[in-house]
Amino acid sequence: MTFDVSAVRKQFPILGKTVAVHPLIYLDNAATTQKPTQMLDRMLKFYLEQNANVHRSFHALAEEATLAYDEARKRVADFIGAKFAHEIVFTKNATEALNLVAKTWGQKSLKPGDAVALTLMEHHSNIVPWLQLKESHGINIEWIPVDREGNLDLNSIERILKPKKVKLLSVTGLSNVLGCLPPIAELASIAHSAGAKILIDAAQLVGHRTIDVKKIDADFLVFSGHKIYGPSGIGVLYGKEELLKSMPPFLGGGDMIQSVTTEGFTCAELPRKFEAGTPPVPEAVGLGEAIIWFKKTGTVKVHAYMHDLIKYAYRRLKTVKDLTILGPKDPEKRAGSVSFTVKDIHPHDLTDILGEKGICLRAGHHCTQPLHKLLGINASTRLSVAVYNTKAEIDVCVDAIEQTIRLLHK
Amino acid sequence: MDLYTENILDHFRHPRFAGELKAATVRHKEENLSCGDELTVDLKIENRKIKALAWHGTGCAISQAAMSMFGEKLEGIPVKKAQSLKPENVLKLLGVKIGPRRMKCALLSLHAVKNAIHKHRKEPAQSWTETIGN
Repeated sequence: MTFDVSAVRKQFPILGKTVAVHPLIYLDNAATTQKPTQMLDRMLKFYLEQNANVHRSFHALAEEATLAYDEARKRVADFIGAKFAHEIVFTKNATEALNLVAKTWGQKSLKPGDAVALTLMEHHSNIVPWLQLKESHGINIEWIPVDREGNLDLNSIERILKPKKVKLLSVTGLSNVLGCLPPIAELASIAHSAGAKILIDAAQLVGHRTIDVKKIDADFLVFSGHKIYGPSGIGVLYGKEELLKSMPPFLGGGDMIQSVTTEGFTCAELPRKFEAGTPPVPEAVGLGEAIIWFKKTGTVKVHAYMHDLIKYAYRRLKTVKDLTILGPKDPEKRAGSVSFTVKDIHPHDLTDILGEKGICLRAGHHCTQPLHKLLGINASTRLSVAVYNTKAEIDVCVDAIEQTIRLLHK
Repeated sequence: MDLYTENILDHFRHPRFAGELKAATVRHKEENLSCGDELTVDLKIENRKIKALAWHGTGCAISQAAMSMFGEKLEGIPVKKAQSLKPENVLKLLGVKIGPRRMKCALLSLHAVKNAIHKHRKEPAQSWTETIGN
């Protein structure tokens, strides 16, 4: 039951691109993924045959557009195991979804002195909105320590949650730098026992592991479409029905209302309460199609294939002298990406030189400054895989890294 | 387009003016947090001239090579002249085309020196927009 990656690659026209004479080797998938023609065609079809504004009219085209939008929502709900489609709110991206929770649930439910618990390896999108709440509403942030491999000490977490000041544990499902997978189901259980809610940042996780929000018992979960072969401009907030019902609206305007008078307004029902204005309909449809494509390609097979690729990348990078890999030492415990540093070589130089050879890696702090501070480094280089990558590509990449180290080393 | 010419690699491997000045007139640190480049510049100013300079920091080869080359240009010149230098003065030294991605790497040297001079004159620091210019 081998995975036919060449059949998959044929569905991604961009992979035929060259950089000068070099074939494109795209290993920056944690930043964004490339798009299969099935998804692109579906979006174009929407514009060519179904384009109208949703919800607002009774003509046939509006009906088609609305059905397509609703279908996309059902596909997302089904993909992550949500009980109801109306527990899926479409946003611009995971960052907006996190801001939505902070600025509605957070502002309403948290009092000064209440706390939100975050790990030190969180992405800035799961840090800054809470820091904003700290400034504006006087809530506290409890920082959960991680070790250099990204392990969380569950006893520490229980201690932090014990005084019951923490009302929300907001944690990544897969670190975009360390490539480690926090035990989210266990964390949900610990949070709930301590009277706290749990939010899972699944931006990286969504493309690499099966998600079942009911099994995890997540209160909130967020992800971005563009990281799972969907278009940019579409994100998802999953929230338990009773939670979303209790939250005030986020953006105000059309579509999220029932009635508006000169004195006030009443909100629409879920999920439209949180979807003000004309939604990104073709993008939502694209995401729905990307999910169908992903399932057709074989979700479990794809996960296994990418896990193998990551383990291979880890093993190959481990052989490179002066290169230090960040995150779990056991490759079995890794997913998505491998980040590393090289002695005396700045990630900018490394990725610039590799980029000239068509190899796309990412350099910087990857929106995790607190994590990089913990690791004692200013920046790192990151290699991240998707369904269309191959071991041969990783070989070319690692060889180029070795060549570059020889070129730059003093 | 080879950015990493022999000249740049030479300055990266054997940086001129690397280190610290014991009796610096002014010391200023500049950071490019978006990528992790840091540069600390020491200037010894006498008779309104840059009598001596030294620098240290962690950063990419372009930022380090640029500072090394820029240092050669700065030694002995009037402070007023140093403050009037423009991006093209530094970019010409590098001798390669610097694209928008690496512009801040190349000009970190200029930015750090200018803000060191501002600090010496007890003036507010200038922004990246001012340094890079239009």
